[in-house]
Amino acid sequence: MKLHSKAILIVAALALSACANGGRFGAANGGGADGAAGAASDPRSPAYFQQTIGDRVHFAVDQHTLTPEAIAILDKQADWLLKNPEFTAIVEGHADEQGTAAYNLALSGRRANAVIEYLVSRGVSPARLRPLPLGKERPIALCSREECYAQNRRAVTVIQAGGLS
Amino acid sequence: MRLFTALAIVLGVLMAAFAALAQGAGPLRIEITEGVIEPLPLALPDFIAENAAAEQYAQSISQVIGSDLTGTGLFREIPQKSFISTPTSFSNAVQFADWKAINAQGLVKGAVSLDADGRLVVKFRLFDVFAQAELGQGQKFTGAPASWRRMAHKVADAVYSRITGEGGYFDSRVVFVAETGQKGQRRKRLAIMDYDGANLQFLTDDSTIVLAPRISADGKRILYTSYESGFPKVYVLDIAAARKQALAIEAEALSFAPRFGPDGETVVLSLQQGANTDLYRTTVSGGTLQRLTSAPSIETAPSFSPDGRRIVFVSDRSGTPQLYIMDANGGEARRISFGKGRYGSPVWSPRGDLIAFAKQANGRFHIGVMRTDGSEERLLTASFLDEGPTWSPNGRVIMFTRESKGAQGVRALYSVDITGRNLRRVPTETGASDAAWSPLLP
Repeated sequence: MKLHSKAILIVAALALSACANGGRFGAANGGGADGAAGAASDPRSPAYFQQTIGDRVHFAVDQHTLTPEAIAILDKQADWLLKNPEFTAIVEGHADEQGTAAYNLALSGRRANAVIEYLVSRGVSPARLRPLPLGKERPIALCSREECYAQNRRAVTVIQAGGLS
Repeated sequence: MRLFTALAIVLGVLMAAFAALAQGAGPLRIEITEGVIEPLPLALPDFIAENAAAEQYAQSISQVIGSDLTGTGLFREIPQKSFISTPTSFSNAVQFADWKAINAQGLVKGAVSLDADGRLVVKFRLFDVFAQAELGQGQKFTGAPASWRRMAHKVADAVYSRITGEGGYFDSRVVFVAETGQKGQRRKRLAIMDYDGANLQFLTDDSTIVLAPRISADGKRILYTSYESGFPKVYVLDIAAARKQALAIEAEALSFAPRFGPDGETVVLSLQQGANTDLYRTTVSGGTLQRLTSAPSIETAPSFSPDGRRIVFVSDRSGTPQLYIMDANGGEARRISFGKGRYGSPVWSPRGDLIAFAKQANGRFHIGVMRTDGSEERLLTASFLDEGPTWSPNGRVIMFTRESKGAQGVRALYSVDITGRNLRRVPTETGASDAAWSPLLP
């Protein structure tokens, strides 16, 4: 048993170092919250998109309809994407923990799709956008109260340099 | 497993005579449906080591049998220190008075030996103390010494079966997701273990998110969802060959929530296209994709009936997630959940009579069961978050995921009887979720 827990520690340490190097898409790094490329002062950088434009919109319980606040952010996201055609984006959908896993995965996909449909309606090519439903796998706020759930019911537009693989 | 042959043997004329006596169905009988409150007292003396090489196994085998049987909540093991005598030979006549005096109703007598080929031989006899008769015949299992736990489980299954009249469930495995790390960054690995947590084996590393593994009826293959391509996609894993392969579905498709049909070849799963998630069926070996639902709502979490003719699933076509049943080839779906609340993760019982599900109501989660027409809903558990039920091979026990509340929340596996009694934590070294219970092993 001792040997075994040591092995787990080593695996955990490797996992941590992998995180520090930046995970692939949002799947491994927890919602595109950290490390968008470039200087935030450069309006053409993904960091600017993330910090100044705003990379995420939030949803009401069980909903995938866009609120007026969400639409205001998505208008700015669309403008940025139209001005910076060399970038593509993965749109992550997320749900809070109040729901069963498979249903919440589908619900998070619906949220990602609502964002994509809106961006496309503003002229962004659908070929530049891809949904990534993450269900309740990657909460950004960890408490089990509505204040955290509200932050977790989100769609995050993660800017990618180059194509969508 | 062909090493592992089980055969019943008649242990001489004398015992056959005892067996005949026992056919009069004595008091050693548990009717599970009546709901057992008082566990049946059982004497489980350590198995006799018939040669020195078998000594290291004898006590361990007895302990596993005891843990299997008392773990059901239907039996109580009488402490060995209160025994008046202990069996010294497998074939000697039982001193029933000694066992009656300590109020044992059942006695399991067993012996272990290593044969000339180095194989472990485990045999047992079950006695009804009050009727002073043997219940059933002596039985013997032979296998590799490394399989000693399986042989113990097989003995326990046979004892359970003879006393309850139900199939057993101890010689079975559970595939699940082993979890480490913090709630927002959980690292997940597919893992498989015996139903009691022993013999843990990891099947994938933790480099990507894996979800909801499901095991085939023959116990050889696992369907699961992985993000290894960066997006959710259904894979099939051959356990023995440790080989995985994405199901042949168009590369861009987002697929999840797969489940095997009873043939181990048919697969039903969810595909998300645009805003819509629908159910499709295909085969493991890349058959054509057949669309089963086409509503604009979410259709997911499908599970086949044991005869493969119907599918129970979740849909929010009514506005909230509810349970529906349709033909396995699609068509009209009939809603079966009507209670107050939201329903999810339905699973058809292996006996075909019940659907287990998770239900969310008034800020709590429950594991429950209902008949396949939606009647007789019963909630078995209540907690902050219970979900993901899976059935024991005999349809008597449900294993599920329970998550604790808050930022330090962890997931663990629990089991509960379909009577709602005997809630137990399933031992795992790490966090654990999404269990799928295999059928009884061959």
